Amino acid sequence: MVEAIRRRAAVFLWGVRAYGFIAGMWVRSTLAYRTSFLIMATGNLLTTFLDFVGIMIMFSHVEMLGGFTLAEVAFLYGTSSTAFGLADLFLGTFDRIGTRIRDGTLDTLLVRPVPVLAQVAADRFALRRLGRVAQGGAVLVWSLLQLDIEWTAGRVLLTAAMLVSGGVIFGCVFVLGGAFQFWAQDASEVQNAFTYGGTTLLQYPPTLFAKDLVRGVVFVVPLAFVNWLPALHVLGREDPLGLPGWVDLASPAVALVCCALAGLAWRRGLRAYRSTGS
Amino acid sequence: MRLLLLYSTVLRGGFRRYATYRVATAAGVFTNTVFGFILAYTFQALWSERPQLGGYDEAQALTFVWIGQAMLATVALMGGGFEEEFQQRIRTGDVAVDLYRPIDLQLWWLASDLGRACFHLLGRGVAPMAVGAFAFDLALPSEPSVWAAFGVSVLLAVLVSFAVRYLFALCAFWLLDSNGVSTLSTLLGVFFSGMLLPLTVFPGSFGEAVQQLPWAAMLQVPADVLLGAREGGDVAAGWGFQLGWAAVLFAAGRAVQALAVRRVVVQGG
Repeated sequence: MVEAIRRRAAVFLWGVRAYGFIAGMWVRSTLAYRTSFLIMATGNLLTTFLDFVGIMIMFSHVEMLGGFTLAEVAFLYGTSSTAFGLADLFLGTFDRIGTRIRDGTLDTLLVRPVPVLAQVAADRFALRRLGRVAQGGAVLVWSLLQLDIEWTAGRVLLTAAMLVSGGVIFGCVFVLGGAFQFWAQDASEVQNAFTYGGTTLLQYPPTLFAKDLVRGVVFVVPLAFVNWLPALHVLGREDPLGLPGWVDLASPAVALVCCALAGLAWRRGLRAYRSTGS
Repeated sequence: MRLLLLYSTVLRGGFRRYATYRVATAAGVFTNTVFGFILAYTFQALWSERPQLGGYDEAQALTFVWIGQAMLATVALMGGGFEEEFQQRIRTGDVAVDLYRPIDLQLWWLASDLGRACFHLLGRGVAPMAVGAFAFDLALPSEPSVWAAFGVSVLLAVLVSFAVRYLFALCAFWLLDSNGVSTLSTLLGVFFSGMLLPLTVFPGSFGEAVQQLPWAAMLQVPADVLLGAREGGDVAAGWGFQLGWAAVLFAAGRAVQALAVRRVVVQGG
């Protein structure tokens, strides 16, 4: 038993190290075209702000949206965007796996002595995706300056835990989407509904949406745990479903369960892989 | 004449190529529908506070959302058109072979992209719009003439969109790693086309300025035609605006391509 756990841990650590090697290689290759990288990183950082400008324009016409002020929506936006940005940075190229499965290039990854998950995740690692994390973080900091929150140790901890577990939950969605590709092959866009769609949804207050939709993202696809439930707790607001209070603190546990599910799905998917014949 | 036949074959090929991936189409429809719902709910909240915002009533605003989702793939606002393959061919150097062919590079890709757009309009436009009309009260016109005018406007929107994407794709000649440019192009497109929020809602002179940019020709103008926000002479003016940008950007694309072909060493070994 102990031996088995130790072996698992060793494989996991090796996977993380290998991820570092491959990601580092891609970073070096990007930096070979330094000017191009700098232009793109700045360009992406500036243009991701356009997304938030859209929300600011909405608030130039109204004081409140669904009973939430601009600063509160900015808090939702910042937490959702940062969490998504983290997942996107580390696993954002996961949707390319559909192409690899279709053309059979996944074979190459299978013969290398590195966990396939780490290889797929690090494939074409793009440092410029830091732009989205930076943008989300900037909006979050701005909202914290605007909001009048009484900062207790619990709330600080909850906010930090929210960003990490939110990132993990989004990461699991990427992995689940990738695992789904083993059967669907060219349906990588379904994943966008949950990743990009998810982050867009979570930027707005849950009060805007139909209750059934909110129930769906609490109980079916647990995206509400990325930021909605804990953020409402930090902001001192009731959630529209009237769930018990401990649910607001459950994000890390939900993230762990998601990891287990995503891991299982990934293994089953990988076992179902058949290379192409032609 | 033979050229026309050739390009129409390429166009049909583009159509059939995208029609082949049925699961991908279904996946896209699903994603468009999910986004449609998210945006529709936020627009509902916004318009219930401020009816007549941007000159639309609530039904028109909701229709705007679903027109946007229906046209998203057609005008390839979030990528997914010919440009990925074109950039790949530039990066690997295969473009040298394309340049040898006795056809016009830009028109070749245009034909293939028009084929793709035709398929996406049918395959990915109709279903989200139908779901939207089922779930919300939409302000869709009943006169066939409005739909016909909308059709013309969509075609022109695809031309402008193609010309913009062609220009961005040509950056690959200089940058090689063109993924960043694609992201940039997507973000600009989503914001300035009105996909995020109708351009008429944008405040003041900024709002007027964004309506003069080429991205406005991709969604704002066709949507206004269908919503009846443009009528009579305004429809023709909208077409003119789209056609003008298409012409300018096509010419720019040719100029940049000439520059790229002359100056840049093709990759490959």
